[in-house]
Amino acid sequence: MLEPEPATDMDRGVKAVAFDRAAVRLGGHVVWRDVSLEVTGGQFVAILGPNGAGKSTLLKALLGIVPLSAGSVQVFDRPVRRGNDEVGYLPQRRRFDPDLRIRAVDLVRLGLDGGQWGVPLPSRSKRERVEDMIALVGATAYAQRPVGELSGGEQQRILIAQALVSGARMLMLDEPLESLDLNNQQAISELIRGICQRQGVTVLLVAHDVNPILPFVDRVVYVAGGHVVSGTPAEVIRTETLTRLYGAPVEVLTTSDGRIVVVGQHEPVSYHSDH
Amino acid sequence: MPSWDLVADIQLLLQFHFMQNAFVAGTLVALLAGAAGYFVVLRGQSFGAHMLSQVGFPGAAAGVLLHVSPVLGLIVFCLAAALGIGWAGRNVDAGHRSESAAIGSILAFSLGLGLLFFRLYAGSAAGIYSFLFGTILGISDRDVELTLAVATVSLGALVVIGRPLVFATVDPDVAEARGVNVWLLSIAFLVILALAVAITVQIVGTLLIFALLVAPGASALQLTARPGRALGLSIALSLAFTWLGLALAYFTDLPVGFFITSLAFATYVAVRGLKAAATIRSGGLRFVPA
Repeated sequence: MLEPEPATDMDRGVKAVAFDRAAVRLGGHVVWRDVSLEVTGGQFVAILGPNGAGKSTLLKALLGIVPLSAGSVQVFDRPVRRGNDEVGYLPQRRRFDPDLRIRAVDLVRLGLDGGQWGVPLPSRSKRERVEDMIALVGATAYAQRPVGELSGGEQQRILIAQALVSGARMLMLDEPLESLDLNNQQAISELIRGICQRQGVTVLLVAHDVNPILPFVDRVVYVAGGHVVSGTPAEVIRTETLTRLYGAPVEVLTTSDGRIVVVGQHEPVSYHSDH
Repeated sequence: MPSWDLVADIQLLLQFHFMQNAFVAGTLVALLAGAAGYFVVLRGQSFGAHMLSQVGFPGAAAGVLLHVSPVLGLIVFCLAAALGIGWAGRNVDAGHRSESAAIGSILAFSLGLGLLFFRLYAGSAAGIYSFLFGTILGISDRDVELTLAVATVSLGALVVIGRPLVFATVDPDVAEARGVNVWLLSIAFLVILALAVAITVQIVGTLLIFALLVAPGASALQLTARPGRALGLSIALSLAFTWLGLALAYFTDLPVGFFITSLAFATYVAVRGLKAAATIRSGGLRFVPA
């Protein structure tokens, strides 16, 4: 297995993300406010919460796509900005259009220099970097095929390669496990953990269901009711903490097979759902 | 009549000034339409191209009425329509609902306007016919100069924005996060598309615009998913259809629009057929949805 730039290991222990009393307003209503939280470099962080609570908005604030209405946010001790090569992003999406006629390898290459003007010149170093990333995510076998023809799990691997290829020290993944079957959920989770552990890449992963990633997660950021709490999974995913966060009684249950279920809300969030 | 001696035939073909103009303008049109067509198909904007060409129809008639070049009228109307779509579609994030509504409104208005100009322009129905179905006659030196300027500027712009445009097309959310201005690129491409449509209408007319602006790109993308190759192939097909179409029209005295559309259609059908055959052969009798 190729291991490009293992030097990012130096990120372990640095301050990767720092929100300070941050707030976001969208369309006149407050998504969340008074958010103060820090993420340490090299950690695997799950961002959880009900639909519409502002989990994706948290990532978009870190990407500089959504501006803060109050407070501040920094990534690797610098103000956020769009087009930061240090941050790889995998947006929430449905599958690619099956008729989309562009090869998977072209998609990964766009992550490297797709934002630049002019005609892309043949570059051996860029080509090798793209090939290395594709090998890292185990997608070499199908990288030459049109991306629309690939399965959901194969597309996610390609997109992770695309997110990493610019030399990202942080991966922001918005529901990467959604619409994957259980085998693929586990395989992609393990791939992401491997990248986190071996390359020291900080991972922020938005999830609807905590269970597939629970064994890998270092910290949990829980978004609900316009506020955010963070801590270890055991600190956050418990009845008292979540009841305080929601401002309404909720209960955290553990099923006989070890799965965590949060019940008592209008919309159940943490059990496995089909949509 | 052609002698089947290539050099002699080409001399025969280009002996008249109007055919020289048709070939120069046709070549420029094919270069731009083939290049823009790759992006039209990749972006799924065939309907937008169709709409722009219909808007061009009253534009050309207005140009004739005002005694300026019809190409100028085409350019002005197509550009106005493109900016209208871009402005109305500015906030489309989740889908293209607002864009398609804008296109429908502009289309209805432009057809009404075309009707008015048709009445005012009752002097020569042949002029209207050539704007609807294309012609190899009547491309003036001034039209050729305008076509050269438009094609040069538009192709230059495509060379500059092509790569981020592909990024913004296939992966808009990631492109946005990587600092690409997706909205500005979509407006810029609409402007280039408007210019491509405006000069293409001269050769194949308003109603047959797909033959040069969609069919070559669609065939090329069926044959290869490599962006560079597909773009090159789209341009090559567009050039081949145009040159062959012009030659056939000259020697047979049948409409050029018919030949270019037939070549484009036959190529597309052949490509789809070959692909289907290859899929069946390689994957057994797998059901392949069209």
